[in-house]
Amino acid sequence: MTLETVVFYFLAAFIAVCSVLTVTTNRIMRAATCLLLVLFGTAGIYFLLGYTFLGSVQIMVYAGGIVVLYVFSILLTSGQGDVAEGLKRDKFLAGLAAAIAGAGIVVFITLKHKFLAPTELLPTEINIKLIGQQMLSGDKYGYLLPFEAVSVLLLACIVGGILIARKR
Amino acid sequence: MFDFSIVTNWIHEWLLSLMPEGWAIFVECVAVGIGIILLYALLAIILIFMERKVCAAFQCRLGPTRVGPWGTIQVICDVLKMLTKEIFTPKGVDKKLYNLAPYMILLASFLTFACLPVSKGLEVLDFNVGIFFLLAASSIGVVGILLAGWSSNNKFSIIGAMRSGAQIISYELSAGMAILTMVVLAGTMQISEMVSGQASGWLIFTGHIPALIAFVIYLIAGNAECNRGPFDLPEAESELTAGYHTEYSGMGFGFFYLAEYLNLFIVAAIAATVFLGGWMPLHIPGLDGFNTVMDYIPGFVWYFGKAFFVVFLMMWMRWSFPRLRIDQILALEWKYLVPISMVNLLLMAVIVTLGWHF
Repeated sequence: MTLETVVFYFLAAFIAVCSVLTVTTNRIMRAATCLLLVLFGTAGIYFLLGYTFLGSVQIMVYAGGIVVLYVFSILLTSGQGDVAEGLKRDKFLAGLAAAIAGAGIVVFITLKHKFLAPTELLPTEINIKLIGQQMLSGDKYGYLLPFEAVSVLLLACIVGGILIARKR
Repeated sequence: MFDFSIVTNWIHEWLLSLMPEGWAIFVECVAVGIGIILLYALLAIILIFMERKVCAAFQCRLGPTRVGPWGTIQVICDVLKMLTKEIFTPKGVDKKLYNLAPYMILLASFLTFACLPVSKGLEVLDFNVGIFFLLAASSIGVVGILLAGWSSNNKFSIIGAMRSGAQIISYELSAGMAILTMVVLAGTMQISEMVSGQASGWLIFTGHIPALIAFVIYLIAGNAECNRGPFDLPEAESELTAGYHTEYSGMGFGFFYLAEYLNLFIVAAIAATVFLGGWMPLHIPGLDGFNTVMDYIPGFVWYFGKAFFVVFLMMWMRWSFPRLRIDQILALEWKYLVPISMVNLLLMAVIVTLGWHF
């Protein structure tokens, strides 16, 4: 058992426990905090694999951006003592069925998939220059179109935000 | 220039001769972690002493003088006092989040602190995306502040946290943009490469006008990100008692205080790395004798010298300007600093493309 395996199992257990806590807690702020810890764990796995860019993006966008947005909106809208009501029976059953179906699909894919043996065992870092050029290239395997599509989406969000928030 | 990787490699070889590689790396990680925490605590003590003396000088006072020679033991006594105080949990707080929040802020602070290149071969986290990781890690801290404010069950805390959140999220933008400007000039995001690329001249000199503009913007945004200086209204004591950490006592408060001062140092150290060449000595092209003499001064002396110089600049700023109102703070960021830094980024791109830098 190498150090990488130990760290992987630790991170995996951390992610699993925090994910369960995210959905079982009945206080919304605690759920948001647990979600943040899940995202940290995922970023940790990216770093373990040597995907430092993806890991940094994960922390920047999800932990530093989206969770802060969640926490901010919770701060603005709900009070300290707000506690979610218990689940109704039919909702609980529907959620359970969805969870089991999802787990079934994941297990099926994992067992069915033929994993290739890695040629290089040590994680390699990809040069940031290469990532940047791929991101803005229109060639095969280039990401220019998704990149621009996401920018249009963000622009639409900004326009929508201004439309909702403007003074009448 | 002495390369510390000789020492670290030697330690690594020695540990490998004693135990398998996984254990050796684990032991090294623990040792580095302890080293970072010790340096962190030591720097905090120095910075608090410096703040009190600099503040006193700006207000024509003497500052602490009684305890020890020139009052140098004063801060150590304060630390001991803080350590022995009772950690008090008020009624009605969300206990888990209340206890978690200071650690969240410390986590962000430690992660960014580990990125700093103290001397040649002494980089701890040195990724290909170094600067980007640093910006990402520093953005975690605001979650801790928001959690602290919310879980305290106190109006002052929550108002302080809201102000702080709005302020930090806004100013992250122009701080990031200023660093991005310098990344365009340096042509790399890896911190060690960025430093070694400044051997022929620090970036603030080679980048001339846009680099200077970026430096000033970064100092303003950095001060705002630490909740200091003219931007300290998240903890404006005349209106909010102490803002988001009102309800914390003992070391709970101590952690916030520690992180605040270390964030000041980290912002200054990033400025020293990105603009003033990190551990790279002052080199003037053509004057070989002068350059050789400068190389004899060790890298960490240069590094801490530059970092503390920037810290002094930021303290100067703090004790010279009156506090801004929240709408003025946000107007300053969104109406002035962001447009200026965007134009500055464009200017730097044009200058680098045309080769107009040194």
